[in-house]
Amino acid sequence: MSLTRQDVEGIARLARLKVSDADLEVYAGSLSKILAFVEQLSTVETAAVEPMAHPLAGEAQRLRPDAVSESNHRELYQRNAPQVEAGLYVVPKVIE
Amino acid sequence: MTQEAKWEVVIGLEIHAQLATRSKIFSGSPTAYGAEPNTQADLVDLGYPGVLPVLNAEAVRMAVKFGLATGSKVAARSVFARKNYFYPDLPKGYQISQYERPIVEDGSLEIVLDDGARKTIGITRAHLEEDAGKSLHEGMVGASGIDLNRAGTPLLEIVSEPDLRSAKEAIAYLKKIHTLVRYLEICDGNMQEGSFRCDANVSVRRFGDPKFGTRCEIKNVNSFRFVEKAINYEVARQIDVIEGGGKIVQETRLYDSAKDETRSMRSKEEANDYRYFPDPDLLPVLIEPAFVAAVRATLPELPDEKSARLQSACGLSEYDAGVLCSSRELADYYEATLAAMPAAADAAAQKANAKLAANWVMGDLSAALNKDNLDVTAAPIGASRLAGLLARIVDATISGKIAKEVFEVMWAGGQTADEVIDARGLRQITDTGAIEKAIAQVMAASPGQLAEYRAGKDKLFGYFVGQAMKATQGKANPAALNEILRKMLAGP
Amino acid sequence: MSLHTASIGELARGLAAGQYSAVELARHFLDRIGRFNPALNAFVTVTADEALAAAAAADASRAAGRAGVLTGVPIAHKDIFCTQGVKTSCGSRMLDNFIAPYDATVVSRMAAAGVVYLGKTNMDEFAMGSSNETSWYGPVRNPWDPSRVPGGSSGGSAAAVAGRLVPAATGTDTGGSIRQPAALVGISGIKPTYGRVSRYGMIAFASSLDQAGIMAPSAEDCAYLLGAMAGFDPRDSTSVDRPVPDYVAELATPLAGLRIGVLREFMGEGLEAGTGDRVREAIDVYRRLGATVVDVSCPKLPLSVPTYYVVAPAECSSNLSRFDGVRFGYRCENPRDLLDLYQRSRAEGFGPEVQRRIMTGTYVLSAGYYDAYYLQAQKVRSLIADDFRRAFTEVDLILCPTAPGPAFPIGAKVDDPVTMYLNDIYTIGANLAGLPAMSIPCGFDGALPVGLQLIGPHFSESRMLSAAHAYQRETDWHVRVPAAYA
Repeated sequence: MSLTRQDVEGIARLARLKVSDADLEVYAGSLSKILAFVEQLSTVETAAVEPMAHPLAGEAQRLRPDAVSESNHRELYQRNAPQVEAGLYVVPKVIE
Repeated sequence: MTQEAKWEVVIGLEIHAQLATRSKIFSGSPTAYGAEPNTQADLVDLGYPGVLPVLNAEAVRMAVKFGLATGSKVAARSVFARKNYFYPDLPKGYQISQYERPIVEDGSLEIVLDDGARKTIGITRAHLEEDAGKSLHEGMVGASGIDLNRAGTPLLEIVSEPDLRSAKEAIAYLKKIHTLVRYLEICDGNMQEGSFRCDANVSVRRFGDPKFGTRCEIKNVNSFRFVEKAINYEVARQIDVIEGGGKIVQETRLYDSAKDETRSMRSKEEANDYRYFPDPDLLPVLIEPAFVAAVRATLPELPDEKSARLQSACGLSEYDAGVLCSSRELADYYEATLAAMPAAADAAAQKANAKLAANWVMGDLSAALNKDNLDVTAAPIGASRLAGLLARIVDATISGKIAKEVFEVMWAGGQTADEVIDARGLRQITDTGAIEKAIAQVMAASPGQLAEYRAGKDKLFGYFVGQAMKATQGKANPAALNEILRKMLAGP
Repeated sequence: MSLHTASIGELARGLAAGQYSAVELARHFLDRIGRFNPALNAFVTVTADEALAAAAAADASRAAGRAGVLTGVPIAHKDIFCTQGVKTSCGSRMLDNFIAPYDATVVSRMAAAGVVYLGKTNMDEFAMGSSNETSWYGPVRNPWDPSRVPGGSSGGSAAAVAGRLVPAATGTDTGGSIRQPAALVGISGIKPTYGRVSRYGMIAFASSLDQAGIMAPSAEDCAYLLGAMAGFDPRDSTSVDRPVPDYVAELATPLAGLRIGVLREFMGEGLEAGTGDRVREAIDVYRRLGATVVDVSCPKLPLSVPTYYVVAPAECSSNLSRFDGVRFGYRCENPRDLLDLYQRSRAEGFGPEVQRRIMTGTYVLSAGYYDAYYLQAQKVRSLIADDFRRAFTEVDLILCPTAPGPAFPIGAKVDDPVTMYLNDIYTIGANLAGLPAMSIPCGFDGALPVGLQLIGPHFSESRMLSAAHAYQRETDWHVRVPAAYA
């Protein structure tokens, strides 16, 4: 599997990463190498194999009782925010 | 043939019902509506680095309840997946949802069409997911403000089969689900606050065409009326496009209620590769048969069951029963009223009581509630007080007309019907002597009319009824009055 | 005995006997950090004031008769664990300005046990790397040879412990990030069973693989600290509710009768001679100690690297989406619009290796490629776990090298990601299967330490620690300190 600059552009867009023109080439090269390397997985016969999403096979999701345990810490939590106004996180205008 | 008549409309609805849990689906933050921005968003809701989701048991229970109420399959094993896309109101850059293995699958619901015909609408699936926050634009120039209070509120996304063939059917289905989730007490159904929302997938095809047309998804419709208008607009738009030689592009469209139109949502178009995969922070949800049985035991009487019972046990019409059962609270109020009325002598009297109570609950009570914008649970006249009023109609203490007056006084104050009747001297006159006396006065005061009546002008009977009622301040028992009046007018 | 070469047990006993206070101990190690860290670059943040206050509190609780075994023992935390009120960078420019508003469960548990942390250690950015060269804060040096890497991603913790700047440090291991650096700097490091230690507050790289553990000179040291950090956490859905054994008490479990399987696939091609020889010598030690040593095979295990490089990037691409310049972390200057805000904040905030993995993961999950890459990898993962399960019906522990060779020179493998990835070939399998595994020093290849890896079935930490301890009673590799740091 070899990726083109255009492929990388599409992936970067989906991942919201700005990649310079020069780096497109570099990433196309290294990503192609990685994909070529993982390509060997396709040779394994897995038709009858259950995919393993998690190392704790057989364990079930635990359920939490429906109780409010958290209180307001907006001031603390927003200290890390780049821009807030009137308690809102501010971003460039969202166009719907 | 009109243009529309050539086209078959195909609609499927995706309903998002906020589950009425106290805390969020994956965090211990409160879910209450209307708090100051970001004061109900904890580290998990904000997607802070390092934090992890833990599933709320109540959300699971509510989803199972919905599944059982719609005859669906409740999955013994369901899986949470991540739906990846970037949006400022989506803090983690992914929404925790269910994809390949939803908790509820393959159910159905019956709707009644305008002509009384019934139609079964398939429910493809219902899955648990977390709500996103909100982007606010007011008072900001070139910027938006993000409030994440809503982020993490549990949602049940209920997906119908594309079985709906008109906006009217879509509304009937939507209302039915709306009634059902409130009966089940899993969602407050408040559309203004966004606790019950709907996206509509709409397409059109020529009748007889085996293939579905390309569909558009209409988002952001927040009232029954707007859902209907949005679908109708979209159907007309699609027909126009196709008949104008164009093609429908599969896209997400936003309904603008101010302009009554749908328009393309460009922002949603780029990110349609959601890269779903099982959420590694959550394990599969395993549901034991015992759990399902326990939830089943908590199911209330469902709207259709209740309506059928009211029809058979109380002799109500399908229409009346349907109106009363449109909300569990209204039906409860009705049943409580009926139960609080004095026992009827026979079946016919009981049926009359049931009809009387139905008329009052659907009529005066509902009108008064509407006027004051109140919920039936907040009605100033409780079921037992209304029953007290109805009992006085049944035992002929007051007439139906006087009862309306009494009702208004009761609505404004806190008295019982008897207190109002006594205080205002509204007790109906059934004493024959008193009625005869009043009629005699009226006859004496209207010699001309009496002569005309006796000469054959029967129409004047109504005039004498009116005068006699006036003379008794409306308190004469109408049946007694009629009978005596007829006798006395006929002459000795 | 000098304080910095004392074991955790010795330090605990010294504190209990009043030979020195927790404050004195903290000062001693803070002095060493001040002296040696400029050359090693092992710490991103040194929390001297907080540490001295915590040490004073530890002394006070000891005076009040409320001290536990570990009260006053100093350690360092990898900068991947959230520490309330203290910068938590994850080795990234993205979080260079991030002050965690809460403690990770590992941090709060250690604090509750009276452990005093002295600072936050350097690491590969978001734990993505095997050499500590991807850190925004620059590479960490190997105390045995400053021109070489300490391994990664827990390279700062490894170097700090190897240079005895701290008696022990926490680490995290997604594909070998505790074990490989432990091997490359000549210390012990344990990655417990997935679910044994809470992941809450540990900044996620690949959620189904990440597990926190301990790095310290000896297995005994690890046993002391693992007991304090392990255990059920209701805030982590993948945490397992199961009692924590007394790892220290169980160290004495005799080795006799233990069945050790030498992993055939990892003893041949690709293994450097100097490393292979040391591992074989270690096997002889185990034989002498009475263990039964047999050959085992996990035929699908060589596929663990390609499997990992699908699964880990896929999870990381999603886990790192929350770094978007909106609520915390780096935001680019003057974003033109929302898209620009996202794209530049992320491109400027993340380094190239992180971006490469995000893109790899984005690609393998995208429409049309999911089945071929992600789903297929999950199936091969299943087969790898099956291989281990079968092997553990025959043996109690599996033995193999930790890394193919000793520490490599800084810059040697940065140009080729695949070569770098292959350095984790022996360690990744345990993460894919969720198994506990540890690395212990087993000698030198020239002047550079070599590590031996033990892998056990789920929740066999006690067995593994006691087997390592038995080896360390016969050998002294784990007490060797680079001359400059002695």
